[in-house]
Amino acid sequence: MKQLYLGNEAVARGLYEAGVKVVSAYPGTPSTEITESAVKYPEIYCEWAPNEKVATETACGASIGGARSFCAMKHVGLNVAADPLFTMSYIGVNGGMVLAVADDPGMHSSQNEQDSRNYAKAAKLPMLEPSDSRECKEFTKLAYQLSEQFDTPVILRLSTRVAHSRSIVETEDRQEAGLKPYVKNPAKNVMLPAFAKPKHEKVEARTQALIAYGETTELNRIEDNGAKIGVITSGVAYQYVKEAMGDKVNYCKLGLVWPLPEKLLLDFAARCETVYVAEELDDFIETHCKALGMKVIGKDLFPRCGELSQKIVRKLLSGEEAESLSLEAAIPVRPPVMCCGCPHRGVFYALKRAGVYVSGDIGCYTLGASAPLGAMDSCICMGASVSALHGYNKARGAEGEKKSVAVIGDSTFAHSGITSLIDIAYNRSNSVVIVLDNSITGMTGHQQNPTTGFNIKGEPATAVDLEALCHAIGIRRVTVVDPYDLKQVMAVLKEELAAEEPSVIISRRPCALLKYVKHNPPLSVAEDKCVGCKACLGIGCPAISYRDGKAVIDGTQCVGCGVCESLCPKGAIG
Amino acid sequence: MVKSVMIVGVGGQGTLLASRILGDAMMDQGYDVKVSEVHGMSQRGGSVVTYVRYGDKVYSPVIETGEADVVLAFEQLEAARFLPYLKVGGTVITSTQRIDPMPVVTGEKEYPQGILEDMEKKGVDVLAVDALELARQAGSQKAVNVVLMGAMAKRLGGDKELWLSAVERCVPQKFLELNKKAFDLGWNA
Repeated sequence: MKQLYLGNEAVARGLYEAGVKVVSAYPGTPSTEITESAVKYPEIYCEWAPNEKVATETACGASIGGARSFCAMKHVGLNVAADPLFTMSYIGVNGGMVLAVADDPGMHSSQNEQDSRNYAKAAKLPMLEPSDSRECKEFTKLAYQLSEQFDTPVILRLSTRVAHSRSIVETEDRQEAGLKPYVKNPAKNVMLPAFAKPKHEKVEARTQALIAYGETTELNRIEDNGAKIGVITSGVAYQYVKEAMGDKVNYCKLGLVWPLPEKLLLDFAARCETVYVAEELDDFIETHCKALGMKVIGKDLFPRCGELSQKIVRKLLSGEEAESLSLEAAIPVRPPVMCCGCPHRGVFYALKRAGVYVSGDIGCYTLGASAPLGAMDSCICMGASVSALHGYNKARGAEGEKKSVAVIGDSTFAHSGITSLIDIAYNRSNSVVIVLDNSITGMTGHQQNPTTGFNIKGEPATAVDLEALCHAIGIRRVTVVDPYDLKQVMAVLKEELAAEEPSVIISRRPCALLKYVKHNPPLSVAEDKCVGCKACLGIGCPAISYRDGKAVIDGTQCVGCGVCESLCPKGAIG
Repeated sequence: MVKSVMIVGVGGQGTLLASRILGDAMMDQGYDVKVSEVHGMSQRGGSVVTYVRYGDKVYSPVIETGEADVVLAFEQLEAARFLPYLKVGGTVITSTQRIDPMPVVTGEKEYPQGILEDMEKKGVDVLAVDALELARQAGSQKAVNVVLMGAMAKRLGGDKELWLSAVERCVPQKFLELNKKAFDLGWNA
């Protein structure tokens, strides 16, 4: 049956058809929908793990246990998962194991633009890169064959435009892979130095075998159009070049992007007068070609930053550019904002008013950095808010401790904030950590997590007791506040900043977009009372605007959270 | 021949659903199709863009400046923002709805006046639809996306029944009648 599948849905379909049994992942754009789609197949056990390292280790264990297993993450998640991955490379597999990583060239929803292909090289693992949804499904299935044939985990690399574009996929039936017998084998599975040394030799031999495989596999193909120009490319970049250049150039399309072939590339270059390497982000293929002594043009021409597109390729290779129109009027930007009724809003307003240093983290609340709240000083990676605050306070001493906080969401706290909080308790900085508990993983589109009390299927599950957890690791001062109650938030913040020991404030209220959340009736502005002071505009609520000297609340958007009401000095909102 | 339709709006307006309906309808009509979506950060009330491309064989999933046959805008300012993506001689179909972005809300910037007139002065073929009002008539202002889909469908051509069957597959059963009505109101706009 033909269907329009997202690249991510096609990967999930590939998992189903390949007989995969165990899937573990942590959500992260643009990878999230792989797991969200996989869970719809009852044959596959799926879970949201607390973080990518745990997800990867779960997949490792399932593979050792004999099942075909899978884990998925965004590019920065692979940094978290790198530890098990590098050693699983030595161990190899029992049941096939595939790790999908979704890169985000252009940083549509990410904090950096790292190129995951470097991980394949560093961890000495084969990496496949599909260029559309059909290949997402096919490559996923092939990855399991390769995994079992070469005794290795396989990385499947997606990018935003592949993961989040729909194209036509022909579905097939599931082939059960069964459960391979488990036989105790410490020399294979226990990576002590004595066992790891011979395994390293095997890994190097495996890479050589994969290079040989890459010379003839259908994953790598040459499209000879009898042209003088040749383009070596992979993934979505292939689609851009095809769109821009059609059959005016020859193609060497690489589906196996690590290890890279040698003879195939040299033969291709021999057919062409000029050879380009068109790849997004790093000069990964280009460096390999140059090491083979090939004369290729890559990053001297193509950008290292951001995405490629047919426009960039066309302009650089043929000098052509499409005409376009624009209006003279200045178009104001429309940045993403916290939603109406977002429970984070009140906390960030209080932080802005308090004028404190805010050590930020990854989630919807990173939007607290934007105008008009502008209440964030740093944001590095998942969990860093807490440990970086500890470091900031160790650097600045008491002066820092009295005027600084960390903000971290419930899911991010479970992901990697807990160990950081242990550092605060253990190595004692008088830090104030605010856990923004909105009972869901928000930014990636409402996934359950270990603090919500539900699993990936929405079934009741054990919930982390945040207050008890904080107490157990040695934080004595733990206060829960309602972020809709601005006065309470401000008072507790003041008190905890003054305290002479570390403390945690849990700001607890579910995300306003959750279906079970009941909203209050919309508020409105009494025109005769409004003096146009704009105090209510300071919270950056999209429902409030300013027309003809008065504040106006859009009743279709307002959910009656009341935060603006508590700011109005004239009592005009109600 | 490949046609490129760019669907633009404000996060939360339902552009994703519109792109799915269009993609499905074009697949039903026998075309190769690619639909590119934006998830994550940009959904929180920011500008959102989805690309739909269909034809004999589609390679790139994205649309670049000067390449769109149609820009379907759910909001006027977004029509103006993405006008450079329109092919010279292309069509803009836009809702007349106005949603202030945060810099306008805070008074830092002004919402430009006369967007539709300015586009027409540039020779752009503009179809302006009061989609919000038509959606209300259909029974819910959330159906703006399906109203606009109807307005565009008539101009892209194809069998109305095929379009309606794509609508049927993409919307929840309990809102089907409402959405069919919304599609009709758009088709006749």
